[in-house]
Amino acid sequence: MANGTVNTLRRELLLASRRRGELANPLLFFVMMAALVPLGISPQSTVLAELAPGMIWVMALLATLLSLEPLFAEDYRDGSLDQLLLAADGMAFAVLGKMLAHWLVTGLPLTLVAPLLATLLALPAAGWLPLLASLLVGTLALSFIGAMGAALTVSLQRSGVLLTLIVMPLYVPVIIFGSATVQRAIEGFSWLAPLALLATLAVAAIALCPLVVVGALRLTASE
Amino acid sequence: MPDLPPFSVQEFPALHSPLLALNDVSCERGNRRLFCQLSVQLMAGQALQINGGNGAGKTSLLRIAAGLLAPAAGAVCYLGEPLADNSYNHRSQLLFLGHQAAVKGSLTALENLRYPVDGRHRFSTEAIFQALAAVGLAGFEDLPCRTFSAGQRRRVALALLILSDARLWLLDEPFTAIDRTGVELIERLMAAHLQRGGAIMLTSHQPVALPGLLALELSGGDSHG
Repeated sequence: MANGTVNTLRRELLLASRRRGELANPLLFFVMMAALVPLGISPQSTVLAELAPGMIWVMALLATLLSLEPLFAEDYRDGSLDQLLLAADGMAFAVLGKMLAHWLVTGLPLTLVAPLLATLLALPAAGWLPLLASLLVGTLALSFIGAMGAALTVSLQRSGVLLTLIVMPLYVPVIIFGSATVQRAIEGFSWLAPLALLATLAVAAIALCPLVVVGALRLTASE
Repeated sequence: MPDLPPFSVQEFPALHSPLLALNDVSCERGNRRLFCQLSVQLMAGQALQINGGNGAGKTSLLRIAAGLLAPAAGAVCYLGEPLADNSYNHRSQLLFLGHQAAVKGSLTALENLRYPVDGRHRFSTEAIFQALAAVGLAGFEDLPCRTFSAGQRRRVALALLILSDARLWLLDEPFTAIDRTGVELIERLMAAHLQRGGAIMLTSHQPVALPGLLALELSGGDSHG
């Protein structure tokens, strides 16, 4: 049964390696926004440090949002979605592979460039590790929840707005606990509690979202 | 004509019940009734061509048989059991080729077949090369499919007919964009598939040269439908 996940994962990563330019978009957005904040607000490091945790998390969220629309759209257009639905060992495993691949090419790179943003926004040293840890876990939740929105809107022509409306409320807890993890660390408190809550969200998203995605895609196929 | 490469399954076990049965199936699309109380049985070794004008519901019928579309009424049975109880067997013995080829332009022909989306198969490179050569794509294995013509793309998907171990083939317009030698090739593949105990349901607007081919006429899609 893991066969479906591994096969889809490898296929998706191969596809991703053929369109690196497209994949760089969210990442560029992430870095450029961070570069604009000091220009737009204030270059003073005390002000920036205050804003940094929330700012980085908001930008990670927006960058993920940018990458969601094409997740199932191409498969829908070229007929691959039907094949995905006919995966013998249950479509959920194949979908899981797709969503993991999405995280590997968006969430993980966002996490890896976060130190650059932390520097640009003068994040205090105490916040660095919590920032990386919370992004690593939180982007998983962002990818999986986002895939749900992408699956629900796959057959629409311009799904962007609706996708955002569906996904945003579900992103709220992620961003609250994500930035709280960093904030608490900077203030000198233990940051494990918000991180654990974030991890709970991620685990729940990984467990449940593939099932919702399957249901949504099945509905689309039977339209 | 070159010889066909061998199928991975030489002969399917004998069956006494119908492989696929549609019992009193009805289909409605957008408040329009395409067909009503349609019953079809497909035994091992049988092929059925669904005929009908545009919009008569040929593709819908095929999608119902594949389990992609739920019928408005009636039941689909695979090996005598309703799809809901038997979906694993059904899906693992099913090859569905829709009218879109499900071939990714940015992957090469080889890569497209190496990681099929359905996740069931893992074909060897050698087998894929053989199958691609058989569908007339020898020398095109490592080219990205976006450089292919429409017919060549379809041929990549058709290589699955050779590679797959599926018993039930559901083919939606398999001859679209395929040249004459390609049509002959598909007909030979289909004949060989029936010989080994497989079953085929296909839609096509052109006559298909296949011994013992059954036909089903869908008359829906017209004004009194």
